Amino acid sequence: MKIHVEKRLEPSRSAAVLIPVFSVVVALILGGILLALVGANPIETYKAMLVGAFGSRYAISETLVKAVPLMLTGLGVSIAFRMLFWNIGGEGQLAMGGFLTAGFALFVAPKLLTAMEPMIGALNGAGLDFLAIALPRTVLLTGVIAAGFVGGAMWGLVPALLKAYIGVNEIIVTLMMNYIAILWVEYLFYGPWKDPQGYGFPGTAEISELAWLPRFTGTRVNLGLIIAVVAAFLLWVVLNRTKWGYEIRVIGENPDAARYAGINRVRNIVLVMILSGGLCGLAGMTEVAGISHRLQKGLTVGYGYTAIIVAWLAKLNPWAVLVVAFLLAGLLVGGDQIQITMGLPASVALVLQGIILFLVLGGDILTKYRIVIDRPTDPTLSGAESNS
Amino acid sequence: MADPQALPATQTPLSVEMRGITKRFPGVLANDRVDLTVAAGEIHALLGENGAGKSTLMNILAGLYRPDEGEILIHGQPLDFRSPRDSIAAGIGMVHQHFMLVESQTVAENVILGLDTPRFVLDMKAINAEIAVLSAQYGLEIDPEARIWQLCVGEQQRVEIFKALYVGANILILDEPTAVLTPQEAVQLYETVERLATSGKTIIFITHKLGEVYSSADRVTVLRGGRVVGTTSPPETTEAELARMMVGRDVLFTVEKPPAAMGRTMLTVEAVNAINDKGLPALKDVSLTIHEGEILGIAGVAGNGQRELAEVITGLRRARSGRIQVYDTDVTNQSPLDVIRQGVSHVPEDRLGMGLVPNLSISDNEAMKAYRRPPLSRGPFLDRNAVTRYARELMQLFQVSAPGPDTQVRLLSGGNLQKVILAREITAGQEATGKDARRPLLVAVHPTRGLDVGATESVRKLLIEQRSAGAAILLISEDLDELLAVSDRVAVMFSGEIMGIVPAADADVDEIGLMMGGKCSTPTGTAV
Amino acid sequence: MDSMMLVAILAVAIRAGTSLVFATIGEIYTERSGILNLGIEGIMLMSAMTGFAVAYHSNSAWAGVAAAMVMGALLALIHAFLTITLRADQVVSGLALTIFAGGLASFMGQRLGPNGGPLVGMVGPRFEKLAIPFLADLPLVGRPLFQQDALVYLMYILVPVSAFYLYHTRQGLHMRAVGENPHTADAKGISVGGTRYFYTMAGGALVGLGAAHLSLAYTPGWTENLTGGRGWIAIALVIFAMWDPWRAVLGALLFGAINAIQFRLQAMGTTIPAAFLGMLPYIFTIVVLVAITWFESARKRVGAPAALGIPYVREERH
Repeated sequence: MKIHVEKRLEPSRSAAVLIPVFSVVVALILGGILLALVGANPIETYKAMLVGAFGSRYAISETLVKAVPLMLTGLGVSIAFRMLFWNIGGEGQLAMGGFLTAGFALFVAPKLLTAMEPMIGALNGAGLDFLAIALPRTVLLTGVIAAGFVGGAMWGLVPALLKAYIGVNEIIVTLMMNYIAILWVEYLFYGPWKDPQGYGFPGTAEISELAWLPRFTGTRVNLGLIIAVVAAFLLWVVLNRTKWGYEIRVIGENPDAARYAGINRVRNIVLVMILSGGLCGLAGMTEVAGISHRLQKGLTVGYGYTAIIVAWLAKLNPWAVLVVAFLLAGLLVGGDQIQITMGLPASVALVLQGIILFLVLGGDILTKYRIVIDRPTDPTLSGAESNS
Repeated sequence: MADPQALPATQTPLSVEMRGITKRFPGVLANDRVDLTVAAGEIHALLGENGAGKSTLMNILAGLYRPDEGEILIHGQPLDFRSPRDSIAAGIGMVHQHFMLVESQTVAENVILGLDTPRFVLDMKAINAEIAVLSAQYGLEIDPEARIWQLCVGEQQRVEIFKALYVGANILILDEPTAVLTPQEAVQLYETVERLATSGKTIIFITHKLGEVYSSADRVTVLRGGRVVGTTSPPETTEAELARMMVGRDVLFTVEKPPAAMGRTMLTVEAVNAINDKGLPALKDVSLTIHEGEILGIAGVAGNGQRELAEVITGLRRARSGRIQVYDTDVTNQSPLDVIRQGVSHVPEDRLGMGLVPNLSISDNEAMKAYRRPPLSRGPFLDRNAVTRYARELMQLFQVSAPGPDTQVRLLSGGNLQKVILAREITAGQEATGKDARRPLLVAVHPTRGLDVGATESVRKLLIEQRSAGAAILLISEDLDELLAVSDRVAVMFSGEIMGIVPAADADVDEIGLMMGGKCSTPTGTAV
Repeated sequence: MDSMMLVAILAVAIRAGTSLVFATIGEIYTERSGILNLGIEGIMLMSAMTGFAVAYHSNSAWAGVAAAMVMGALLALIHAFLTITLRADQVVSGLALTIFAGGLASFMGQRLGPNGGPLVGMVGPRFEKLAIPFLADLPLVGRPLFQQDALVYLMYILVPVSAFYLYHTRQGLHMRAVGENPHTADAKGISVGGTRYFYTMAGGALVGLGAAHLSLAYTPGWTENLTGGRGWIAIALVIFAMWDPWRAVLGALLFGAINAIQFRLQAMGTTIPAAFLGMLPYIFTIVVLVAITWFESARKRVGAPAALGIPYVREERH
């Protein structure tokens, strides 16, 4: 008796739903075994993680805080993956988005504010107090959002151009650029951009309050969440309702057919990576302008890598990215919680993520293939085998 | 080399006996209780259409597939092949239609691939010497140190045959062995095969060409739809009878073709040079013209520059020099999109690899060229409903049989795949040229390869209809009969050059064969 | 620069490049059989941690090496199972492996130290430099080449052996055939799956060996992110090497030299900020990759095994 796999003519729908659920359950069991091995009580640990991530209004708001950069980077890498462009550089693009955001807010914004003063004065004079308050905020917010997008986009553009024109392996280039971006940002906040009044703390001075992303009352959840939801909607429209989205799908499924049909590969790689890098850059923007209000150590904590898992678990679907990002953010927050309360390494969250992805990847075979058990077809044959 | 236990030990003259072989693939019953017997020293033809189950049956005999039911007896002994290793040990060697050779390795490395000896260190000098001597003995001279990609197709086939003999095969399976050969090379192959049979080897060759059965086979078994229709020998039957067995109905071998009504010159190719993917010259000063309402056939053995010619015309490959013109417009090295806009469409050689996106629906595939314009799109937006409507219309017009426009293309049969492509390409050509007095150009590469007789007929008919409607067609095919039946003129390509262009009506097959490269059709780039 | 300095740089270049040589040759073997393993950064982290932990507790550096290699092979086995048996996407599986193994290394590194505490900062056994008599006394090249640790000497043996194995043995021929044309290999009775499993795991073991050199000789001990992207650089080096072990050595030495120059400049008290010096290897990787891609595509040479990254399925239609 032998087991082999056979291709299904139609992908199985039930398997497509069951496998992710099953994967999470099995991952939790495997993770539990690991926890037990290092002497922690798995049930207690999971409970602590669950409560830490979703147990209170505050916990959920903190999970949302971590979910926003995961959503944006997840959306960013998923659009690139759609086209089989392996953008592993979400982390670096996030860092560069944060860099330009801080640069804009620290150095350009004050000049803009000065330049706007006469206009604000005029508005005040005309009794339009509301506009006088809204104008500088709108200008600065538009500025930081644009800066974040551009920072990530330019970092995504380099591997795109190298791939499109020379054919350089984008996996390596995007990865190497992560290391470069992180070193660059560290250089800035340890060096020239360091806050002179910061008592040696590695970070820049705080940015102007007018450039902060507005927060939902009482939480650290901010405008970034809205930006992420809007981005998901726009991405969905692009992918499903536009010619560009159609081209991306054709290139992703069969690049040779795309070329044959006259679809411009170079232009698409460049545009998609501007969008992809830009979205990752926005994640860096929300961290700087929405959370820390300065460029500081701890900007790059691996969102760009977790984004890969988010994108894949979400099957590259923009709406699913939002949901998966929220759940994985819960895992990260839960991991932080057990580090604080139980003294367990937070990296257990990474391990669980890895296991979930393994299981979903491995389980995919069940949607495309059927497991068949072979039996000897004719018992009279079995005696003759030894002769051969 | 051969396992002595596997050599015939019994008196029975049968060397191969397959009984009640059944093999299912998801959605297909490829072999249905097939029986096949072949005597030692016999040349046995396995005749059938594409998709009749011939290759499946032989892959089972070669140990690549395991049958779901049935048994195999070799020299009277029942054997169970669990892998190709078992089949090879039983003295069976198969020459696949797509050669099983590692292109980047040498002949000798290919020959010793998979053997148990030497255990570890390879002494290539000794192995080369041995192969040189042995191959000469078999009358299959090959250079052991040459790399496979440097060899012409006929030589590669000799390597394949030698590979099987080297491990002691006495039953040799040849899958469509003449499909890739020039007529002269085919004759040479028949001689080799007869010599081997005389020396006691058993030969089974797969074919769908009736003529081939007559030129070499002792007996023939006909398969249709996975079942055996009958076994007979050439003297006992006629070609028409065999054709009826193969197809299941009377077959007309001729295609109705109204006389050509040639118009203006549509495509001019002038002294074009191009290189192939390996960086070697693939087109050398190629010049030709096609007129409105004309089919120009390109004959030649695969790898002599035909694919590169199609790609250079359609903008997929750069021309290093020369000039390509559609009417008066210079399209040399224009982007594929610009060429498409000139009304040039393309039925590519690799249907699923280039012509279609297998995982997308029929709708998405039919839209691949028309999506750029209304009604399928408005501005940057795509109208999904219009796409579906458009696909449904084309499916009806070109008789694509599928559950619906949402069906994934990879689930379609070869014939329907080709209809999906033709529907899109013909419509795209008409759309691009409909507004003015110009006509479209269709570049069709191996449009009937792998199709069954019915699908082949309808594709040929479509091509001729298009021509009669004024389109210009460049038809690239390896099937000389098809070229002569469908084309108005035939150009022969060899080693990247046009060897000559003759009217199809009074073409001489032998002469064309000689232009195709005679006894060794060297692929482009190696001969200088 | 005088010859003394060149000699010093060569000595450091060899030490710094050794882990890359092992990892690159490991990945070359894996890719030659047709499997792309992008998980080697994760494998290196986990193997380096395991190697150091085992060496620390057993007080034997060699036991650490063995453990690192076994760990490398086991992690590669996960990748092999997913991509060969379950036909998962090789790129995503490799990335998953990097995330998983990287996380696991960080997690276990917090728990495998003394009394279930962290390993970070512990001092354990290490490979000391040992001079080879006579050879180490050779002028100029003697000290850099022959006053090194045992794993460097192991590398001197491994490189020619691995090249010989690849090009001049039956097993090497089969490996190359499986990576170039698995259908042919299969028809000739070579087990495609078995071959790929074997070389994926063997490659993982070599990557583990490279990692062991990091945590037991070059930068002894365990710190988070000890590898600093060496796994990814090794993958770039495979492309630079055009899948050839000899060229891999050249590439790894080049990177070792970059490291050496970096330290040298720092020691000399350069005004270039440390962060910029730290970027050098990554910038250099990109530059080298661009150059080699440009150069090889201009020559129309495709060095990658033809079937790299493509799952092999025998009985499949459509």
